[in-house]
Formats: sequence, structure tokens, C-alpha cells
Amino acid sequence: MTAAWFTLVCVSEESLLSGSFEQLAMPHFERLYNFACWLTHDRQEAEDLVQETYAKALKGFSSFQQGTNFRAWIYKILRNAFLTSRTGLKVTATVPLDLEGDEENLPKIRETPESILLQRSDRELVQKALEQLPVAYREVLLLCEVEEMSYQEISATLSIPMGTVMSRLSRARRALRTSVQTAQVQKMQGA
Amino acid sequence: MVCETWNDKLDAYLDGELPAGEERALGEHLQGCAACAAESLSRVQLKRAVHDAGQRFTPDPAFRARIQKNIVAKQPAHWSRFWLPVLATAMVLLIAGAITLRVNSVRRGEQQLVSELADLHVATLASSNPVDVVSTERHTVKPWFAGKIPFTFNLPELKDSPFVLMGAKVSYLNQSPGAELIFSVRQHRISVFIFQERALGSLRADDAARSGLSFNVRSWSHDGLQYFVIGDASAQDLDKLSELLKAAA
Repeated sequence: MTAAWFTLVCVSEESLLSGSFEQLAMPHFERLYNFACWLTHDRQEAEDLVQETYAKALKGFSSFQQGTNFRAWIYKILRNAFLTSRTGLKVTATVPLDLEGDEENLPKIRETPESILLQRSDRELVQKALEQLPVAYREVLLLCEVEEMSYQEISATLSIPMGTVMSRLSRARRALRTSVQTAQVQKMQGA
Repeated sequence: MVCETWNDKLDAYLDGELPAGEERALGEHLQGCAACAAESLSRVQLKRAVHDAGQRFTPDPAFRARIQKNIVAKQPAHWSRFWLPVLATAMVLLIAGAITLRVNSVRRGEQQLVSELADLHVATLASSNPVDVVSTERHTVKPWFAGKIPFTFNLPELKDSPFVLMGAKVSYLNQSPGAELIFSVRQHRISVFIFQERALGSLRADDAARSGLSFNVRSWSHDGLQYFVIGDASAQDLDKLSELLKAAA
């Protein structure tokens, strides 16, 4: 009797969890897909990645601690799935994920704020600059600027300390600014 | 030129991650420092540009529907995974119930058998002609059954025992003929029934010592025959007589 009651309690709790997975996960669908596209540069691969993410998240949903940050949890699953994917492995094999201390490879920024006053028409230019960023910079920028995650959420998603989040963000922004500046100059010269 | 003091903190300020005290201080500084204000504006613009440019890819609605369908489709598997313990519990309960029913059924069969044997025993004692063959001699009793029952059996030598063979009769149980032997020990009467096992049908009896209706009962099977010893004598007396019968068989 006790065993049956206990089982029924477990079942109702799990049914509740499986029911709430859809409610928790689906609102992130569009943004996860967008993030996956930025990581993979390929729509089909991004679909596979998102599909894998949802399958893994659903399977591991019982291990998700209710009350903790679901968004950081599911983004972390997607990122880990990407890192173990063919493209992810290729990217991390050629460009190290940990770019801290890689000052030499960062382009020097010209301290001319006026030069990066951006126009609406510069959207494509920024997109191209983002595309060209190393994945470690691209992902931290996207999580901060597009997903508007706090440093703490980014830290949880990327499994890196808060200090690293801040330094990586700073480097990513510098790299992006330089890239945008260069593109702007080339654009002006071409015009 | 951006002030060195604030340069490293400008990003955290614009991201809303600076502690309240520093945020206030930097805010006040920006009101009075044109270079830092210009740099701040530049960075804000870059933030906005990345925010807008970053929202670039939109999934196909069919893909969304497919993911949603997959989640819903996997829920029955999820469901079954967690209903499995329920089903297992139900199965255990059913099996336990079936075993209980079976045990109860066997017990009922045994009780019915003891009850039948007690009836036969009492009927024999109450009869004015309790036995059909009156003899204390085993070599008289055993041959008397020849042609009356479809099996034969051996009787023990009782010379050095407290038991006395009083006689025997043909008895019927479950519409099958068997032997009923009447023994006495002091003032007690004991009936020994011998039937073919196959004749008992659903009236099962394992090798056991039991009691019912104030009678002690011993039963065992040997060589296709089922022996029952029943009487109001002590359990020890029934055990001794049973041992003698087993030894003779």
C-alpha cells in the first residue's frame, strides 16, 4: 500500500515535470535556434543542434533543479552539444576556446569613437564582423547583447568564472570594434 | 582620451553589472567628462548594433512544430517510464493476491479434507459396527482388503507398542475406496486412512502435522498412497503410530 502510494506520488510529480518542460523550454526556441545558427553558420546544422538540445534537455529534465536558471541550463546543453558536434570539434581544434591572455592576436583599437558611430545600414557590417569573431568571443557577445544575460547567467552557461566573463566580453568587444572599424574604412574607401 | 580610472569599468556600467556605489560615481563622472561620455555613447551604440544584428535567424514554423511534436511524442515514453513502477507494483500486488488466493484455496482444501476425515472417524466410532473386520492380527486385516480396495499396504508389528489394532473397514473419500484401520491407545481411538493419492483430487494434503476440530492429524504420502492418522489421542501418540506405519511401508 505504502509502495503504491509512493509510486503514485512520484508519477504525479514526474507528470507535472514533463508537462512543465514544454512550458519552460518552448519560449526559448526561437532564440536557441538563432544562437545555434550563429555558432554553426549553417541552418541545417543549427536545426540538428536545436533538436539534439531539446531531446537531451527533455531526457535530463528530471535532473534539472527546479527554481534554478532554466535558460542558462538549456543554453549550456546547446553549447555542449555544439562543442561535441563535428563543426564544434573542428572550430575548437583550430581556435582555442580559452582566448584569455591572447593579447597579441587582438587588433589594436584606434581611440577614435567617432569612427564607429554606426548607421542602420551598418547592420550587415556588424553581422559580418560577428561572423568573423572566434566562437569564444561570438558566443559571449551574443549571450550578453542578444540574450541579455547577466554575467552570472553567462558564467553558468559557459561554465567559466565571472571574472573570465568580464575579461572575455571586453576582448570580444574590442575585437568587434576593430573589425567594424576596418570594415567601415574599407566601405568608405570603396565608395 | 578616456579616463584610465573608469575605462575598465565602462562595460560593466553599461551592462548594468557595476555595484551601486561605483555606478553612481561613474554616472556623475560621465556628466562632466566629454571623452568618457563619447566613449560611453560609442559603446552603447555598439551594444545596440550587436543586439539588432544578432537577432538574425528565424526558424521555420514547421521546424518549431516538429520539435513541439517530438516533445509531446516523447511524453508517453516518459509516461511509461514512470508508470512502469506503478504497473510493476500492480503486478506484484496481483501476484501476491493470486498467491494468497492459492494459499487460501489450498488451506480451504486441507480444512475440508481434515473435516471429511474427522467426520469419517467420528462416524466410525459412533457406529454400532465400527469395523467390518474385527481383528488384532495384522495378517488377518491386510488380506481382508484384497479385492475390496484397488491397492495394498503393509501394517506394522505392534507387539512392543502401546497401540492395539482393533479392526478395519472400507471407507470412501471423494467417492474412492480406501482402507480405514482402527487403533486404540489407552482409552483413545485412532483412525488410519489410506487412499490413493490420485483419488483425492482437489482434496490435497501435504506431509504435515495439523489439528482440527479438536483432533490431531498426521498425513504423508508414500508410493502413491496418502496416509492420514486422526484421533483425539495426543500428538506424541499420533507421531509414534505414524512412525510405525512409515517403517512398515
